[in-house]
Amino acid sequence: MNANMERIYNGVVKENPTFIMMLGMCPTLAVTTSVTNAIGMGLSTMVVLVMSNLIISLVRKLIPDEVRLPAFIVIVASMVTVVQLIMQAYFLEINNALGVYIPLIVVNCIILGRAEAYASKNPPLLSVMDGIGMGLGFTWGLLLLSAFRELFGAGTLMGYQVMPAFYQPIDMLVRAPGAFLVLAFIIMVMNAWGISNKGKEFVGEGEGAGCAGCAMADTCLVKKEVK
Amino acid sequence: MTNLILIIVTAALVNNVVLSQFLGICSFVGVSNQIKTSASLGGAVIFVLTIASAVAYLLYTFILAPLGLDYLQTIVFILVIAALVQLVEMFLKKTSPGLYKALGIFLPLITTNCAVLGVALNNVTDGYNFIESVINGFGTAVGYTIAIVLLAGIRERIDNADVPEPIKGAPMVLFCAALMGMAFFGFSSISIG
Repeated sequence: MNANMERIYNGVVKENPTFIMMLGMCPTLAVTTSVTNAIGMGLSTMVVLVMSNLIISLVRKLIPDEVRLPAFIVIVASMVTVVQLIMQAYFLEINNALGVYIPLIVVNCIILGRAEAYASKNPPLLSVMDGIGMGLGFTWGLLLLSAFRELFGAGTLMGYQVMPAFYQPIDMLVRAPGAFLVLAFIIMVMNAWGISNKGKEFVGEGEGAGCAGCAMADTCLVKKEVK
Repeated sequence: MTNLILIIVTAALVNNVVLSQFLGICSFVGVSNQIKTSASLGGAVIFVLTIASAVAYLLYTFILAPLGLDYLQTIVFILVIAALVQLVEMFLKKTSPGLYKALGIFLPLITTNCAVLGVALNNVTDGYNFIESVINGFGTAVGYTIAIVLLAGIRERIDNADVPEPIKGAPMVLFCAALMGMAFFGFSSISIG
């Protein structure tokens, strides 16, 4: 497997942002009420991720180390604005459905996390591949969650009726608590199969307490304090 | 007056920022193992969110909107919030070391807390005026604090319980959050006249 493919495999499977790293929880829980929203969110995040990874990788030697985080934030925020304007022009319906969660891509830890952990240290092509891999990983994470919620919560998939007429939809799954419930079940199953163990670290029962994998982890003092 | 009370109750309980809007989940799940730390984080969020709502409103109304630059709001807001958090940190360090000791360590974390940016953007979308924006920011932060302190309370009890191995860690916290979310559904039926 060459280095480019390895990056994609890494994002989709090995360091999957949703299930293994548990990054970007806000959009994961908020927009997975329908498969359409999940695809819209996943793809727009991927576009931002690829573009910001590319730009950050190109200018990585120009940015002084002390101001790199603010510089990354400006680059990411600009890319998000570009994507938001494109969405408003061509995909108004999805844009309205996702609402405030589109501008909130700026504070998605996946993007700043990849900028800090990968794009700021690696050449452009590999960084783009990393962005594609992580973006695909995030998208299929959202897809799995939303397919489960929409199928059992509304009986539909992408708006089409799938479940037989006698099926009584579990309305709660497409409401707020359902998001927590479904994600909890998925991680529980993955834990039971021994696929993921990051969950414990994330909530502070393992090595690094709280917010494992967060871009700010090194600068953030909360980690040390909670420990 | 009724209007303002309604905004606070709506922001804090009915549309709870964590349990129904999913903003600030990272810190909600990550920093909720003790009531004491959770309460300090909540305090810091109340502090920053209230000021950030005010500043974001003034910036939007007096600079971005008149110049027709409202499409730049995401970039401007995130930068202003980041700078504001730094300023608040320096200010607290100088003037009130006690408060700094309690809240200071959480301030850098709040820059990337999506609740702060989310509320600033929502204030613009909902067309709130200055007072309403500040009240909405404050109410949202109070809702965040209520949720995270309650969750920390539950988690302190669960520490003593015998939890099956696969559920330990994140799944347990998410199950608790789901149950809390169902409980908070009850608030959506209250009416204030």
